[in-house]
Amino acid sequence: MDDSLERLTQPLAGQRVHIPELPDYSVLRHCVRCARCLPVCPTYQETLYEVQSPRGRLALLKAVVEGILPPTSAVEEHLYHCLDCRMCNTVCPANVPIGECILAGRAAFAHQRGLAWWRRLVFRHVLISAERLGLALWPLRLYQRSGLARLVRPVLRGLPGPLARLRIMEALLPPLPSRPLHTTLPTVTPAQGLRRYRVGFFLGCMMSQLFAAESCATVDVLSAAGCEVVTPPGQVCCGSPQDDQGDCVQLRRLARTNIALFERLGTLDAIVTDCAACSHTLKEYATLLADEPAFAARAAAFSAKVRDIYEWYDAILPPTLGNDATPPLRVTIHDACHLANAQGVRMPQRRLLGRIRGIEVVEMEAPSACCGSAGIYNITHPDMAERRLARKLDDILSTGAAVVVTNGPGCLLQLRAAVRERQLPFQVWHVSQLLAQCLRTRADGIPSPGACGQGEVEE
Amino acid sequence: MIEARIIEELKATLGAGRVLDTLVDRVTYAYDATWGEALPDVVVLPLSTAEVSATLRIAQRERIPVVPRGAASGLSGGAIPISGGICLCLTRMNRILEINPDELIAVVQPGVINMDLQRAAARYGLFFPPDPASWDMSTLGGNVAENAGGPRCLKYGVTKDYVLGLEVVLADGSVMRTGGRTIKNATGYDLTALFLGSEGTLGVVTEIVLKLLPKPAARRTVLAVFERIGNACAAVNRVITSGVLPLTTELMDGDCIRAVQSQRDFGLPADADAVLLIDVEGWPEALEREVALVRAACEAAGAREVRCARDDAEAEELWAARRAISPALAALGDKLGEDIAVPRSRIPEMVERIRAIGRTYGLRTPIFGHIGDGNLHPYLICDRSDAEMMARVRRAAEEIFLAAIELGGTLSGEHGIGLAKRDYVGRALDPVAREQMLRLKRLFDPHNILNPGKIFAETER
Repeated sequence: MDDSLERLTQPLAGQRVHIPELPDYSVLRHCVRCARCLPVCPTYQETLYEVQSPRGRLALLKAVVEGILPPTSAVEEHLYHCLDCRMCNTVCPANVPIGECILAGRAAFAHQRGLAWWRRLVFRHVLISAERLGLALWPLRLYQRSGLARLVRPVLRGLPGPLARLRIMEALLPPLPSRPLHTTLPTVTPAQGLRRYRVGFFLGCMMSQLFAAESCATVDVLSAAGCEVVTPPGQVCCGSPQDDQGDCVQLRRLARTNIALFERLGTLDAIVTDCAACSHTLKEYATLLADEPAFAARAAAFSAKVRDIYEWYDAILPPTLGNDATPPLRVTIHDACHLANAQGVRMPQRRLLGRIRGIEVVEMEAPSACCGSAGIYNITHPDMAERRLARKLDDILSTGAAVVVTNGPGCLLQLRAAVRERQLPFQVWHVSQLLAQCLRTRADGIPSPGACGQGEVEE
Repeated sequence: MIEARIIEELKATLGAGRVLDTLVDRVTYAYDATWGEALPDVVVLPLSTAEVSATLRIAQRERIPVVPRGAASGLSGGAIPISGGICLCLTRMNRILEINPDELIAVVQPGVINMDLQRAAARYGLFFPPDPASWDMSTLGGNVAENAGGPRCLKYGVTKDYVLGLEVVLADGSVMRTGGRTIKNATGYDLTALFLGSEGTLGVVTEIVLKLLPKPAARRTVLAVFERIGNACAAVNRVITSGVLPLTTELMDGDCIRAVQSQRDFGLPADADAVLLIDVEGWPEALEREVALVRAACEAAGAREVRCARDDAEAEELWAARRAISPALAALGDKLGEDIAVPRSRIPEMVERIRAIGRTYGLRTPIFGHIGDGNLHPYLICDRSDAEMMARVRRAAEEIFLAAIELGGTLSGEHGIGLAKRDYVGRALDPVAREQMLRLKRLFDPHNILNPGKIFAETER
């Protein structure tokens, strides 16, 4: 009798190959291929192609390791179709770290074939700190200030083919703050009133350069809530873009620099950041550097202190916020992928908004579904990003909310650009803007926030 | 391998974007939710009945195997293209064509996900009773092809009880309609039934007329704890004979309880030999009475503790424990899940036989199942890289199959035969019936192109 049960236990025959950085074969084999990740995957929902699903991507990696599939650029391209939103991780019954496996696959290809020239440029030289990002943004600031923007925009609109990306980038760019926050924020912002906590503030590159007012509001709220906020100069990028784009080498360098920098600050109650991508990456340092004896313990201590701004607000702010004077506002929450899916932080933001008087929270369908921003995905994969965005906008609109709250800078860019271009009837706020606004009316147990640096808030 | 000219013809017929022949694409259509793998030569993603028909005409003319596939979440190897050929992936035929609340009917394409139909039906206060554990990802076409069940079959039956009519593309590309839109239909042979559980070996289902039911108003969950698993089985019979037809009677044995409790505290007693989750469904007033009857029956059967969930949150927590079994067992090692069914009265004996087989072969055999409908899912915990252990696993699985048959049961309750159990199908079927099945196969598929090698080993090419 032909033993079909035996045939069911044999993988396709190939010669096992070893590729550095690729996830371990035992991890890949842990996928039981149940298909549970398919219906929740944004790219699978849009295409219904298996190769555009988490299970399909793991199958590609497994076939590469098994030597069935040569590691061609077609395979690499498929790995980059993933938005890295980690929705799959949240439903996997076998707890396979699917998102991490896909990023490891990207890193393996970079290791094997070298980083693409533009990735090398962007992730080794530009997106490595707020300063460097600032240098790159300087001409754009000039472009916006000089009125050139008004002249150029109609020309961009007509650009064909790959040049259309310029238009996308131009449209995404918000009005740049006159001065990035890292150039104006003092190293120590004292607590208003009694000092209850001493926190290290990790100021993300994007937050400083593009959303200075929002991060300024964060520092204000923290200070008003009794936190001494220490923002060490010399911070570098958290490494999220490098992690996303396969540059493990640079990611490790950045992690080591940041850990050493915050160690010098002495005792901290927490390391807080108001960027969801940063909080995720900073928490991952412990795993990332676990294989470096000189850094393993230090990275673990660092990551253990990291709190996303929602978690920290939820932990330290009083049980009721705002007062009768807080104007009523209907708000919906958009969870950044890095926050809800990757860190599992879902409740703090809901508890937090739920305790602000005057705020009515209306949940949208699938609040943690990706808005299509996904790092630089909306530039590298504009069509797919647009389809995701359209779904997200529909979900937001059907709540009737006047404000959508988030803490992902990519989400802020993506959603605000959509609101500007399509003239939609809602505003997109960073959570700190909402808090600063609500708390301005005092009488809720914590002092009113002041105005750090330049202070004015978009919209 | 398929000749290049045929792939070109398929591309010309369907458009190049929906005919995939690169190795990258083929690798991702090589599997289902078993451990098996085999590469198709080409993947075809039709959008319409006409495209399915055109594909089959080409396949029939060229004698190419065609393996229909939905979400490929199956547990018996049915969607694995073991003879290569065309993987006919129907996930893109995913439109709900009609929901008719007056006739209690839904008309769907085969690629619609079970959950999506549930959501659409809920908007009319209706529901579709078959809810396999894979309901949130499996397609209705796949549910038909496997005759899928689920936990609530004791009360509502299985997929075949809800299919009123089908549109099927036959091996030669011709399109056949069976059944209709009425509950009663005594006109001619029941060809619809023939395709339920046919695993893609007789034709390709392209449209399904389904029966819906009004959604009951309320649901209560009762947890009963037992020192001996035999008493839990007896309790189910007592519940039913007391006049209550529960929605579910889920059994979890001690191994399963301890596995899920080790993940987090679901409030289950780790020292029990078995627990039952009994749900009743209906009008709230009636449920009070039913819960009391369930409680009395379980106590009379020797339950150590009987507890009715106070609210939805507590009920949800108990069901979360049930859903956590599979991942919790995965933490113990690789697992081979089985799916036998026996007459309800033989369940206690079957459980003892499984445990004895586990002892004989030195394997852990956690058991859970929807026992009211006779369906048990014993798992064999193993290590796939250990050849000696896998040999024991195969012998243990075989003995479990044979025990189920001996007790008057069957090889598969709801996962199907596919590749995984086809070597035992001859032992489970009446020889005359088996011969007639093979004749039917030859009648519908004279050139053996439709999912060859599935269910019956002799159809492998």
